[in-house]
Parts: sequence; C-alpha cells; structure tokens
Amino acid sequence: MTGREPRLLPSGRSAILVECVGLDEVLALHDALAADPPEGVVELVPAARTLLVAVDPDVLALESAAGWVRRAARDGPPADGRATRDGRADPTGEASTDDVVIEVDYRGEDLAGLADHLGVSPEHLVARHVAARWRVAFIGFAPGFGYLVADDWPFDVPRLDVARTRVPPGAVGVAGAFSGAYPRESPGGWRLIGSTGVALWDPLADPPALLVPGRGVRFREARA
Amino acid sequence: MTLLRVEATGGLVLVQDLGRPGRAHLGVAPSGALDRGALALANRLVGNPDGVAGLEVVLGGLRLAPDRDLWFAVTGAWGSVRVAGREVGPYRAARVRAGEAVELGSAERGLRYLVAVRGGIDEPMVLGSRSRDTLAGIGPEPVGPGRVLAVGREPAASVPLLDDDAAYPPPGGPVALALLPGPRADWVTDAALAALHESRWRVSASADRVGARLEGPTLERRVPGELVSEPTVAGAIQVTGAGVPTVLLADRPVTGGYPVVAIVDPGSLDLLAQVRPGQEVRFRHA
Repeated sequence: MTGREPRLLPSGRSAILVECVGLDEVLALHDALAADPPEGVVELVPAARTLLVAVDPDVLALESAAGWVRRAARDGPPADGRATRDGRADPTGEASTDDVVIEVDYRGEDLAGLADHLGVSPEHLVARHVAARWRVAFIGFAPGFGYLVADDWPFDVPRLDVARTRVPPGAVGVAGAFSGAYPRESPGGWRLIGSTGVALWDPLADPPALLVPGRGVRFREARA
Repeated sequence: MTLLRVEATGGLVLVQDLGRPGRAHLGVAPSGALDRGALALANRLVGNPDGVAGLEVVLGGLRLAPDRDLWFAVTGAWGSVRVAGREVGPYRAARVRAGEAVELGSAERGLRYLVAVRGGIDEPMVLGSRSRDTLAGIGPEPVGPGRVLAVGREPAASVPLLDDDAAYPPPGGPVALALLPGPRADWVTDAALAALHESRWRVSASADRVGARLEGPTLERRVPGELVSEPTVAGAIQVTGAGVPTVLLADRPVTGGYPVVAIVDPGSLDLLAQVRPGQEVRFRHA
C-alpha cells in the first residue's frame, strides 16, 4: 500500500483504533481487512482517517488482531480478494459487486447558489455528480448516512454557515469532498442539490442501510 | 399470551435487552441495558436466557398489572418492590396474580431497576434487538401509562430455587471505576491525565443513556480543536475543548470528534449505570 505503517491505538478490551494517513489509506485497509477476516472479528468501522477493528477477545486476542492489521496494511488486499460490501466480516465472501443506482431529482434548494459559488453552471455540476463513480467511504452523523467519495469529483464544497434545522429524508447533498443522502429527517449543514425517493434506511431490513461502507454508488438524473 | 398493562410510570421506562452490537459500521449504536449484569441476573431469577428483553426503569414509580399469573424479578437499583401492596423485595423471583399489580418504590440505592418477566417482553425486534436506542430513535417506543406489553412464551427452564445470595445492591457512597488507556491520551496534558485518575468526580444531572458528563477539575487539553470524527467504544471518555470529560454509553453516537483519553473498563460499566447524579466517582488503573 503506501509503505507508511498505520498507527495502532488502544481502544479498550475488544477493539483497536487504526489511524491511517488519510481516507485513501482507510479505504485500502478496509478492503484488505474485509477480504479475509479471521474468526473473532466482530466488525470493521471505517471513518475519515481511522478504522476501528472490533473483535471478540475470547476468540481473537487483541495482539493477534494487531498482527493481522499490520500484515494487511503491509500486503494490501489479496489479488483475487473481494471485499465484502457491507463492511462486515463475511466468511462466505459473497458480495454484491453491483453499484447502487440512485435516481435524483436535481432541483435542490442550493444547486444554483452552489454552482455560482463554484463558477460552473448548474447543468455542469449535475453532470459531474452523475458522471462521478462514488463509493461509500464510511457512515457518519446518523444511522445509514453514508459519506460518499469519488476520485473524479473535483469540487470542495463549503458547508452552510448555518445548518438547516430540518432536512427532509431523501435530500441529496454535498459538503467538502463528500456527497450523501439524508436517510431520515434531521438537521443538516450540507448543500442540497436534489432529492431521491429511494429508500435509504429501513430498520426492518438487514442491513438497514442501502449505503454501506465499500459499496459503489452511481447517481442518475430522474426525468420528470 | 400474557399481557402486561402499565398502570403508572415515574422515571423513564424503556424496553432493553443486550442490544444490537456489530452495526456501528452502519451508524447504529449497540444500545441495550446499561446495567447488563442486572438484566442477566433478573432473567436468570425467572428462568429466562440472559439476553431476553426486560424493562429498564429509572428511579421507580412503575406499576404493572398482568392479565395472568406471572413470575417476575427486579434487580439493578435497590428499593421497595410490592405485589398487591405487600413487600416482596428486590433481587428475587416473585409471583404476581392476574389482577394484582407490581409496584416499584423510589430506589434507595442505584438508579436503574431492571425488571424481568418470565418469558420476556415481546415487543417487535428491530435490527436483531428489542432495545430502545434513545439517540437514534430505534426500537420500541418509551413505555408510558396505558401501554400494554406482550409477554413472550415461557422458557423451558423452571424458575430456579434460590435464596437471597444473588443480592448485591449498588453502593451508596463513592464508586471506583477501572480505566483503560484511550487512543488520544496525548491530547490532554500529563497533569490532566493524572487529575483524571486522582480527582473526585461527580456524575452530572444531565447524564443519560448516551453519555455521563463528569463534574470536577478541568482537564487541560494539550492539542486544541477537534479530531476528524473517529469510531467510539462503550466507556470511552471524551474530553471537550473546554476540558470537560464525558463517558460515552450504550446509545452513543458511533463516531465522535472529541479526543478519547481513557476508556472505562467494560467490567465497570454496570457500576456506572447505577451511579446517581451527584454521586462521587473515582478512577483507578485497570
């Protein structure tokens, strides 16, 4: 991978917090770890610069888990390895390789203002959002709220100065280098560029979130 | 099917089992009874498996009436437990007849009663658990007066014959909790880390299932500002920019941007669940 060793930080009796250089290293390490987790790994929780490796210490000692993480960081994912797409240790290795397609009505409240701020037309902004190959980097902020990143998304978007107290479910927004969609009504400071009717969060489903870490996502413009 | 009618409540009453671990990567906290040992004990007293759902009751004031005879047990906090007006006591299995009511008095020790009924509380499961997550709003709605709860099928095991040896009421005085090192201990000064271990702390009145803020000396930060949010674990002690520590609990946000400087040992979290606002807490190295 990068050749730079991640830092392993103590996080209690059943977890290790792995600090990486940046999000790219987190994503690569997540793939490497999810490809072949040993028994006793409870879950992998990626974040922007860190990744929590949660284990059952009665099955997998923390020292053994630490050794596994160091090897994975050094060697990267196996050549034929396929990461499980829900971020969970999955001994079967079965995973959907299909991207989630999210249809978006690009008439968000902040679209015109944001395009103006970025010095592009609203049409161009939408076209880039649709063209980008997004991936769920991690879940944050609220259950099922996936932070999406894309190598081919060029914009860095400032958050709202004052967050909205109420963002409706299905609102599609951008902030920083991320895009995302609000799974449930909540407050929010992201710039809203559209909305989707896709069910992003269903607590009676398993997994309850449509956007799970590692999953590929494409946006498509909904035609009225 | 036995139905349990809630006739009155005092403090917050929630359905809780042992939670839904392993879903932080989806943004879902583990939730579950804060005093896990107390729930397991209450269940064992009535012959249930450890993880069956019961009621977590803050401070008391609950009155329950089943429509059929029912075994139950109350653990966790220590206080008066009455059936049809007669005292049966906590930490033991007792039987309430159809039409009679169980009443929990104000807790004398501890903060959270755990009530198990034989067969368990049979509310719908959400994400593999019947626990109410108060922050995310997942799981059975908080229990109020008039609510009718279904009781699950009787377990195969009989109600065990026990004497009172299972009773360990929570301490009324200072409580000592064991601390493990945290990932960001270097974000506070050495003096602050020493102060964390050596000071007398009090649990804030704002403590809830999300976290317990601690009142005591200010823990001086060595590094100002916030981190990029990172995953948290139960018992994590985060320190705000103003130097205020908070212990994150079962319904915590699964990621947080305040540095975690120490972690309450999992073996001490049940004790912490029973510490009342204003009660003294001290820390020792695990």
